[in-house]
Amino acid sequence: MSIIKQKAQVLRQTELEPGIYDMTISFPEGAALAKPGQFLCLYCNNETRLLPRPISICGIDNEEGSIRMVYRVAGAGTEEFSRMKAGDSLEVMGPLGNGFAMGGEDAIIVGGGIGVPPMLELARQLDARKTVVLGYRSSTFLLDEFKKEAETVVATEDGSSGVRGTVLDAIREYSVEGKVIYACGPMPMLRALAEYAKDRGLEAQISLEERMACGIGACLGCICKTKEMNHHTHVNNARICKDGPVFDAKEVVFP
Amino acid sequence: MKLEVTIAGKTFKNPVTTASGTFGSGAEFEEFVDLSALGAVTTKGVANVPWEGNPTPRLAETYGGMLNAIGLQNPGIDVFCKRDIPHLVEKNASIIVNVCGRTIPDYLEVVERLSDEPVDLLEINVSCPNVKAGGIAFGQNPQALLEITREVKKVAKQPVVMKLSPNVTDITEMAKAAEAGGADALSLINTITGMKIDIYRRDFVLANKTGGMSGPAIKPVAVRMIYQVRKACPLPIIGMGGVMTGQDAVELMMAGASMVSVGTANFHNPRASIEVLEGIKAFMADQKIEDIREIIGCVE
Repeated sequence: MSIIKQKAQVLRQTELEPGIYDMTISFPEGAALAKPGQFLCLYCNNETRLLPRPISICGIDNEEGSIRMVYRVAGAGTEEFSRMKAGDSLEVMGPLGNGFAMGGEDAIIVGGGIGVPPMLELARQLDARKTVVLGYRSSTFLLDEFKKEAETVVATEDGSSGVRGTVLDAIREYSVEGKVIYACGPMPMLRALAEYAKDRGLEAQISLEERMACGIGACLGCICKTKEMNHHTHVNNARICKDGPVFDAKEVVFP
Repeated sequence: MKLEVTIAGKTFKNPVTTASGTFGSGAEFEEFVDLSALGAVTTKGVANVPWEGNPTPRLAETYGGMLNAIGLQNPGIDVFCKRDIPHLVEKNASIIVNVCGRTIPDYLEVVERLSDEPVDLLEINVSCPNVKAGGIAFGQNPQALLEITREVKKVAKQPVVMKLSPNVTDITEMAKAAEAGGADALSLINTITGMKIDIYRRDFVLANKTGGMSGPAIKPVAVRMIYQVRKACPLPIIGMGGVMTGQDAVELMMAGASMVSVGTANFHNPRASIEVLEGIKAFMADQKIEDIREIIGCVE
């Protein structure tokens, strides 16, 4: 089995800042398989909410047999998760998706908003020269943990930390250099990074998100448009849950 | 305990199949389900050529259900015959193929291409609410439904199941039209057209504005329509609509379904199809039912 589905117990959960939660679950078999950039599907205990919520993996701890997720409350499902305490349990499935392809070339690791958390495990595991660039609206989270892994620079929309502006402003301001960009965040940020990478001949691996139902590539709910015909779908659509969520930015047609 | 059921002369080892569009072509679920243990795998709608489907967002959750507007994205019949059918054969699965199209010739091309394939039943999708041409246009007009059924029957080598839409005033009229066109069986219900608005963005949640509603919230509608169609028309029925458990499947069978499809439940639990089958067996053991056929349409 490469996908595990089982009940998992919450080991701990804290609110990092209003609406952003940091949950660690006991999921040894999942942790053993998981890679940076993959995600889990979490199922609600309230069964009127049928569909799993795809949540990116923020940390993998094989010693503890746990997976950590940092997520934003975006609706009733994530609100239900946010109320869970140590000892509560929920159904999980994963790890899902492809994850980042980790090479040895100089890396720029970019996270924006709720796209910051999945970059933390990548920053930990990537064995290369690396610089982390994080973008926030205002207050920062997980920043100290990134600083332990690599040189980290910050941009905030209101200028309360780091550069005032976007992650690209921070990249320019601090002259951040590298051969490969790894990124997760809002679509405008990913689009801008894809342009930036293209102009400079850099590789860019971007992690996308979309509403999902099955999480395993069957329902075709979570597609992104691609430049080339997808080998599985035979149209210019790739499945974000199965073919992604990480794509080479060159392959993606941005909405 | 006898679980075999027969639809249009084809016998299936048990009454559980998968609802088209919720199970891909089976391969995606193999880590969770032994495909050969199901009565049949019903595959996602396939057209004569690849279809790109609708823009995203294509999905929205609703209370006890969901809306989808995938728009019948599919790789086309060539890839389906080369890749998906051989795979299902290798896994010893019985196969029901859902066929979609925009025009009658589109449907006929797919049906003809399938004539030499090891397919048990053809399910003709005249009820998808998410595509503009074809699909539901045939499923909401009795005369159009009769005509397409008749044309499909002329070229089909396998028994023909017409999949009916619940988005009609009187589903029995549609059932009778399909019967008059020569259909061998019926499947119902397809999804119910719905809509969801994001009140904070003041906009539709789905890019397509409307979507097909499915899930346990629609099960009572399915039960009612299966019962009505069974009373109005002698054709065997593959029932679907909100089946989450073995008890749900039994309910649809008592209303008149000879076979039951598990759909949206596959998203809630990828093992749902097999668990529904286990649930049916548990019900039979508990109620001392020897042969599943005893309960088909047992409610008068």
